[in-house]
Amino acid sequence: MPILAIFARVFRGEALLESLSRPIVIEALRLSAITTTTTLLLAIAIGTPLAYLLSRRRFPGKAIVDSFVELPMVLPPAVAGIGLLMAFGRRGIIGEPLAALGITIGFTTAAVVLAEFFVAAPFYVRSARSAFDAVDQELEIVSRTLGVSDWATFWRVTVPVAFPTLLGGAVMCWARALGEFGATIMFAGSFPGRTQTMPLAIYAALESDLDAALVLSAILTVVSFGVLVLLRLSVARLEARHA
Amino acid sequence: MLEVQIKKRYDGFTLDVTFASSADIVVLMGPSGSGKTQTLRAVAGAVRPDSGSIVLDGAPLFEARSRLDLPPQARRVGYVPQHYALFPHLDVAANVAYGLKEARSSETQDRIRSMILTVGLTGMERRRPHELSGGQQQRVALARALILNPRILLLDEPFAALDAPIRDALRGELIDLQRRLGFRALLVTHDPDDIRLGGQCFHFEHGRVVAPDRSVRQRSPFIHP
Repeated sequence: MPILAIFARVFRGEALLESLSRPIVIEALRLSAITTTTTLLLAIAIGTPLAYLLSRRRFPGKAIVDSFVELPMVLPPAVAGIGLLMAFGRRGIIGEPLAALGITIGFTTAAVVLAEFFVAAPFYVRSARSAFDAVDQELEIVSRTLGVSDWATFWRVTVPVAFPTLLGGAVMCWARALGEFGATIMFAGSFPGRTQTMPLAIYAALESDLDAALVLSAILTVVSFGVLVLLRLSVARLEARHA
Repeated sequence: MLEVQIKKRYDGFTLDVTFASSADIVVLMGPSGSGKTQTLRAVAGAVRPDSGSIVLDGAPLFEARSRLDLPPQARRVGYVPQHYALFPHLDVAANVAYGLKEARSSETQDRIRSMILTVGLTGMERRRPHELSGGQQQRVALARALILNPRILLLDEPFAALDAPIRDALRGELIDLQRRLGFRALLVTHDPDDIRLGGQCFHFEHGRVVAPDRSVRQRSPFIHP
């Protein structure tokens, strides 16, 4: 019903196309595209080896590491925001020494990426981990006995076999980053063109420019729906290929 | 000559295995959980024993004393696990070619073609593993291992996943392949019928070799008419 309500309003208003070209909308679109893409790339780059390690190695305290990795998924966004401020804010544990070097993170685009990464990356890590868990380790052993290095085995066997689930995790991570609101507004603020991503722009526009808020909401809905459909289709196709 | 003398402690189970054989086909026979698969995996390099040594033709693959533990890549063994572990994302030809370098050269392509012909899978090059029967999957796994001329072929319950009628046929095929290509094989099984493969058999129980068999059996004539 809420989704229908958005579209009912969007289709009724003549201001639809006009509001699409407003700076607040364009800036938010651009910023969300940049930050979510960066977040996703970071999550893949850092999350993939981490997930593989968690899947394949046994070490003391692994259960605790596991829980820490997944904690941001269940943490209230406000807590995440405070945590990020305490760590990377100007008075934060890491933020203060950085500020001494002339580097500030809080209320910059980098802060947006950090907030998105903090809340969204665990979605990728969790999927990637279960993806690697599901890869029959005999495949990797056979690959090694065939003279292929561990590194090449990872790329030629583990990743391709795990790919459908990795893809699903990447999409969930990206979608979560796209919708990130609470931690971002606390840690990065809501500055148009710099930290005001789509959800923040919706919130900012709600009082002054309902049309813009509606258009942004409609775009987010369509994109989210499209992503889910695309994901279903491609995962089904990939799995059919492997079955 | 394959000489295995290894110990490995697990939770509630100790593997303590000693055997040596220079037979073409060495059979490790025993009930499930008797340690034969772990022994095979130790030879493959997938399991690291706590102590002992594994020596193939005088060259150690593993030697606890000198801390030598060749990685699977350096052992030149052909490993065929129980469910064959074919790469599900690759077709038959790519599975067979997997361990070859320069897989695109025409010489290598000839080798792949001839190996696929040897195992009787010509015409199925583009099929994926899930489109093959159990017997066909096994032939792909054999071809994938044999194309690299391994020093020894390691087979884990090669016939257990197959229906009884084709088991005998495939035993015959394995013997036939072995004679044509001249490889050696270490084979793990719980099926007493596999003794018909000939060679030398060691009986496993509770992680030990209980009946070292000194006789080298003649192959049963029943297998290859």
